[in-house]
Amino acid sequence: MDGPLRPTKRPRLALFELASCAGCQLQILNCEDELVDLLQLVEFVYFKEAISETGNEYDIALIEGAVTREADETRLRAIRERAPLVITLGACAHPVGIPGLKNAHDSEEPGRLVYGDAAGYFPSTLARPVDAIIPVDAHIPGCPIHKDEFLSVVTALLVGRRPPIPGYPVCVECRLAENPCAFDRGALCLGPVTRAGCGALCPSYGSRCYGCRGPADDPNVSSFEALLEKNGLNAEDVLAEYVLYNGYRALGDQALTMEVSR
Amino acid sequence: MSATRTVDVRVDYVSRVEGHGNIVVTARNGEVDDVRFEVTEPPRFFEAMLRGRPFDQAPLITSRICGICSNGHVLAAITAVEDAMGIVPSDQTMLLRRLLLWGEIIQSHVLHAYFLVAPDFFGVGSVVPLVETHPEVVKRALRLKKLGNHICDVVGGRAVHQVSATIGGFTRLPTPEQLRELDRSLAEAQTDLAATIELFAGLELPAFERATEYLSLESSADYAFFGDTIFSSQGGTTPVRSYREKVREHVVPHSSAKHCASDAGAFMVGALARVNNGYSRLSEGARQAAVALDLCPPVSNPFKNTTAQVVETVHCVEEARAVIATLLETGLRSEPPDPAPRAGRGTGAVEVPRGTLYHEYAIDEEGRITDANLIIPTGQNLANLEADMWAFAPYLIPLGTEKAQHTLEMLVRAYDPCISCSTHVIDLTESGKEVQR
Repeated sequence: MDGPLRPTKRPRLALFELASCAGCQLQILNCEDELVDLLQLVEFVYFKEAISETGNEYDIALIEGAVTREADETRLRAIRERAPLVITLGACAHPVGIPGLKNAHDSEEPGRLVYGDAAGYFPSTLARPVDAIIPVDAHIPGCPIHKDEFLSVVTALLVGRRPPIPGYPVCVECRLAENPCAFDRGALCLGPVTRAGCGALCPSYGSRCYGCRGPADDPNVSSFEALLEKNGLNAEDVLAEYVLYNGYRALGDQALTMEVSR
Repeated sequence: MSATRTVDVRVDYVSRVEGHGNIVVTARNGEVDDVRFEVTEPPRFFEAMLRGRPFDQAPLITSRICGICSNGHVLAAITAVEDAMGIVPSDQTMLLRRLLLWGEIIQSHVLHAYFLVAPDFFGVGSVVPLVETHPEVVKRALRLKKLGNHICDVVGGRAVHQVSATIGGFTRLPTPEQLRELDRSLAEAQTDLAATIELFAGLELPAFERATEYLSLESSADYAFFGDTIFSSQGGTTPVRSYREKVREHVVPHSSAKHCASDAGAFMVGALARVNNGYSRLSEGARQAAVALDLCPPVSNPFKNTTAQVVETVHCVEEARAVIATLLETGLRSEPPDPAPRAGRGTGAVEVPRGTLYHEYAIDEEGRITDANLIIPTGQNLANLEADMWAFAPYLIPLGTEKAQHTLEMLVRAYDPCISCSTHVIDLTESGKEVQR
């Protein structure tokens, strides 16, 4: 959503978890040097993993995880009604992250594989990002979120600024880090089309970008296509990689059609 | 006909555990009628999601089962894929993997002992009020937690969802400077560790005992975190490759969660199981800590799982220093991993913070995963937790609902359940209706 965000004084934060690994909330607890100060600036009124007391009035709802059940949708709508600001944490909540891999299978297959004949007891819908259900004010991307980015978003909200999330692709940061290009060693890297802000961590560690932060705002698609062609890769190869974190956008429409037509 | 007196103990959404679980205990006329630990997390379907993915993505994908024990999943996945493809990791790689695992164990144990368990003994609902009343305790907890994460940062690139360990080795090695600096941090932790032992030795844990079977990996060389053999406290060993014979998953009618049993029934995995089974192989400081914490085996009080975690924290810090010394002495060699796909089926087991984690994969000629099976420590402990609740509840019911609820919550917390982890096989059913909160 566009437009300025309202500043709040010692905002009350509530953290809700959907289908996820809880790694993003762990990243909040991993702010070891800042946690004591953070607790002076904000109040966590709902954070089940760390705090027993719960409150039902909050200014900012932080949502981790993907939507995989009908009950999640009801819950999200209720949260949206209460929360002036809704912020997602991490790739599962947006663009859908690893839970979206499920969408690559037909909707009954995963249950059957895991539960066998008892699959009927375990209903699950297509994995969807939070903003497929309710409007979201800002996304903190990444798998997991970076704790510095979390802190900078909280700081921005405290002073009423829009969170500073980069829109350019990972390649920009990767070049600044002077990494050799992953394509040069024959790897398929999603850095050219993925949102930066991670400092190109994975390529810097000899790996490649898997696209966990979702698509960049305005990626140079034609130059990416040229790069693929030069390396003997095609759209199918990219899609196979892209569904790892972006399985809603990549496959969602197709799978939804399947579900509706059933 | 006399009136039936029914006591219901119900805790919806136990706090200060990872994930979403409910406690349900029903007693009629003083007799415990029903005991359930319901798990109400969304279904995750990891085994299905892995099908068709390239073998080298097994660690990446399965680490997203759990942020807290992500390195454990990475290492179990790597071990299983290497077993399937006939890859033998170098000594250097195994030393670095130990560091990566121990960093996570320190981080996870400290988080559990200080943030999730300790507030009960200070009579508060979280660590937040302790910032005002016991700032030195909170700051110490944060320093120790940071130490664990620091190890993971140095070896894996970041604490949650590391980026350097892969099939065949590491894509980037720590520098000697990083290792020396890390060693200084580990050395400086001695004071905090001593204060931690003192704090937890002073806590009055509920006096509840129930003998059970303790399972953990065994190694002839050390206090095992990696190994090819499963050791039982009741005697006997099982090869990890035959884990399905020892650790059998089954569906229980009252719960949507699959439980596990061995021949003897419910069993326990985790820090207490490891200390019980491997006490003599603990580092010297850790053995002293075990004495101070009254943890000389056999220990059958599940609440002592938390103090066993303190013992293991000391062990991991000491052993990490020894590994760093070895790495600095031999020097780090560049060993770029370059695994070639090979068809096969393999199993890997690793002792992660909450117990033995099993991964098994089948891989085809093109290197695609065709089958996967994952058995998570929390799932293995669920039946044992319920057996404890059955045994303990009759003593708690007469103390009143509130006391019973609180003590049972503490029991659940002692197991340090990681519910998100176990939900690759668990779903919310009608029994665990999502209440609007």
